Amino acid sequence: MGIELQNITKKFTGYTALDNISLSVASGELLALLGPSGCGKTTLLRIIAGLELPDQGKIILENKDTTNLPPRKKNVGFVFQHYALFRRLTVFENIAFGLKVLPRKERPSRAEIRDRVEHLLKLVQMDWAQKRYPSQLSGGQRQRVALARALAVNPKVLLLDEPFSALDAKVRQELRRWLRKLHDEIHVTSIFVTHDQEEALELADRIVVVNKGKIEQQGTPQEVYDHPVNAFVYNFLGNVNVFHGRVKNGKVSLGPHHVDAPDELKHAEEKPSQAFVRPHEIGISRIRSSEADLTGTIREVRLMGGLIGLNLDCEGFEHTVDAEIPRELYINLELAKGDTVFVSLNRVKVFTGDYVI
Amino acid sequence: MGLFQTKRRNILPGFGLSMGYTVFYLSAIVIVPLSMIFFNTVPMGWEPFVHAVTAPRVLASYRLSFSTAFFAAVFDAAAGLLTAWVLVRYRFPGKQFLDALVDLPFALPTAVAGICFATLYSPMGWLGETLIKWNIEIINSATGIVVALVFIGFPFVVRTIQPVLEEVEQEIEEAAHCLGATRWQTFRKILLPHLFPALLTGSTLAFARGIGEYGSVIFIAGNLPMKTEIAPLMIMSKLDQFDYAGASAVALVLLLISFSMLLVLNAVQEWQQKEYR
Amino acid sequence: MLKPTTTESGPIVKKRVSDPLPIRILLIGAMLLFFTAFIFLPLGLVFAQAFQKGWTLYLESITEPYALEAVKLTLITVAIVVPLNAFFGVTAAWAITKFNFSGKAALKTILDLPFAVSPVIAGLIFVLLVGSRTPFGSWLGEHGIKIIFSTPGIVIATLFVTFPFVVRELIPLMEAQGRDEEEAALTLGAKGWQIFGKITLPNISWGLLYGMILCGARSIGEFGAVSVVSGHIRGQTNTIPLHVEILYSEYNFTASFAVASILVFLALLTVGIKVTMEKQFKKNSIHHQD
Repeated sequence: MGIELQNITKKFTGYTALDNISLSVASGELLALLGPSGCGKTTLLRIIAGLELPDQGKIILENKDTTNLPPRKKNVGFVFQHYALFRRLTVFENIAFGLKVLPRKERPSRAEIRDRVEHLLKLVQMDWAQKRYPSQLSGGQRQRVALARALAVNPKVLLLDEPFSALDAKVRQELRRWLRKLHDEIHVTSIFVTHDQEEALELADRIVVVNKGKIEQQGTPQEVYDHPVNAFVYNFLGNVNVFHGRVKNGKVSLGPHHVDAPDELKHAEEKPSQAFVRPHEIGISRIRSSEADLTGTIREVRLMGGLIGLNLDCEGFEHTVDAEIPRELYINLELAKGDTVFVSLNRVKVFTGDYVI
Repeated sequence: MGLFQTKRRNILPGFGLSMGYTVFYLSAIVIVPLSMIFFNTVPMGWEPFVHAVTAPRVLASYRLSFSTAFFAAVFDAAAGLLTAWVLVRYRFPGKQFLDALVDLPFALPTAVAGICFATLYSPMGWLGETLIKWNIEIINSATGIVVALVFIGFPFVVRTIQPVLEEVEQEIEEAAHCLGATRWQTFRKILLPHLFPALLTGSTLAFARGIGEYGSVIFIAGNLPMKTEIAPLMIMSKLDQFDYAGASAVALVLLLISFSMLLVLNAVQEWQQKEYR
Repeated sequence: MLKPTTTESGPIVKKRVSDPLPIRILLIGAMLLFFTAFIFLPLGLVFAQAFQKGWTLYLESITEPYALEAVKLTLITVAIVVPLNAFFGVTAAWAITKFNFSGKAALKTILDLPFAVSPVIAGLIFVLLVGSRTPFGSWLGEHGIKIIFSTPGIVIATLFVTFPFVVRELIPLMEAQGRDEEEAALTLGAKGWQIFGKITLPNISWGLLYGMILCGARSIGEFGAVSVVSGHIRGQTNTIPLHVEILYSEYNFTASFAVASILVFLALLTVGIKVTMEKQFKKNSIHHQD
């Protein structure tokens, strides 16, 4: 096992940042800690690195209890949100730092350090920048140097704290794919923290969704996206339409419309529920294809690149419904504002409980 | 005993060592010496204390120190606002030079400033010669003290206003202009309220500094009892007579006033931050 | 050298809505008038008075034994005060900016104290603490240690007046730099002194130097506090400003202004260094050259 966290609890004055968190990460896995800001994910990462101390719980790295070890003995690589490069040192010296501060006995020779740094610079495609200072690099370049610096000490675990959040959208995407590729090459056990669901879904082997200091769900991106366990996770992983309805006799009523209740609610007694439908899981058609279809009027059309966003008034529903359809379908159907169309809810997800968006 | 203890175990090294040395150094250099004023005043008893600090000469010196520091601070507020405005808003040759010279009163030893103003305004001095013809006497008068204090306090005001003025968003002014406000209205209704906290902070600093100022004042003041003796000079003359208790008493009153002004200033700054952040 | 590729944009030069020309002329004129009365005339006066009776007398005034003794004492004071306050400044700034603890606000307030305390009081407290008429002072006297009316007194009074200069320069600087770099060094395996020596100290070197210069300038020029503890013994406990005062009160104006001109020169130098270093700061915050 790469990383094993047991019952980690951390309280700050006034609130609980982490509430009894247990989590294991397999060796070589790339895990995403996903959650809204302030959910405790960064605190958890800092605790693993030893930069914060937990009030309770154990941190086991590669089968060794490191809970009370100071950060410099933990052998973790940490990549900071704002890079934290040493501004007075060159790129080369930044990366060599972790090797040069080793005790004399363990310190590699000058030549070995040089080889290692040059190897890492090639790995992060920054070999041209050896003599530059951090302030002479762009954000994306700095973050790659920071990554090389963290890898220089051969860490058992790599921890990345919102590594791309300070970058432009385009650079962010580029770097994300590059990191995935890099991880496939070097296979170091890694955890990265993010509040961007797209990033987590695209990059991670496994996602852990955190909210208010607790783990809501963990699983592969596919599992988490397709089978969210509760309304929070469902909502956090993408845009949603919310319908307030009731569960009754194995059916969920959504305005005038009824859908089959999920298995676990088939025999539940009557209670309020929430139904969620993602905009891209709404079908739009000119002809009624089934009885379940709703009638809607297009209120607004939004161009969103490859997709077209429709805002619909649906008969019997209080709030408007957002749908996203491919551009081609939009053109084929010759849709326009004010048109009446048939709307099908292809995948409805129903949760009961008091989660409020 | 939670004072000076970390709220949570912090991971960076050296807290105990650096905190320990800081507390030790401050105790030796600041806290223990300052407490001597208190320990020298307390054994006096209440009545001798009141007697010492309400003697007519002492009262006159307090009045003089406060009034001159106040007028100097008001003058500094105006001159400082003007200077900051010109330095931030306009471009003209020699601007950087003038900007640098604003700090001169910080850097120049006060005694040098003192002898300069005393000589300038002496009846034979460059300015005194002319002024005496118009029957304006600066040297050996409260006006002279104000002149010296204006010099001392001036940079406080400029250096507090300058950054605020630089950060005023141009769009705010442009918006006001677009809404039909005249230049003067924009200044009075938009800029001045924005600058006011900084202006107040700067002049309070100048005022506080002025109350305690010694070196630049004594040369031009003439130090006539009841007329141009400032409060720090009273402490000095009591010390010369080895009246330690009396000197401490006068100093204690001065200190309490200065501290309460620091507190007021902190409150102003907090208010400023709440208002504009 | 290649142009550095950076994402940061340079300083944005804002074009302001400018005032009409007559107002500009009026305001600049008013400012120049103020500067003339309060800065240019006093500065000019110092040199006019100093050279009133020619170069020879000027040189004589600043090289006579008492003047040289005063310079020597001032230099000794600076040489002791600046390193002590610099060391304190770095230590206190480390504690204040790298850790959270209760009482931090109180500690910061103490750092502002000398600005609210009259220099005369700054001198007085040391007379009260170690003067020959106090219990502690007379005990020291019995053991042959004299503090007040001698060099140690001048040094400690100057220490009090100038102790905040370095730390107050460093705190905003280190707060702005945050703890990230130190934490990064920590995760890379660096020990405390390695972090301080290789990361923190290089990051604050300019601010430290600047604070030391301000501290030194003030140590040279301090008058009120030193005046209380010195006893004005010529050739023994006179610093440069005290020497200026004595000459002036003896109506020896030319000599007094001659010695004062050294102080003016140092003050102008300090201001010049400040401007240069501030430009350096600005440059550093955008690009970083070596």
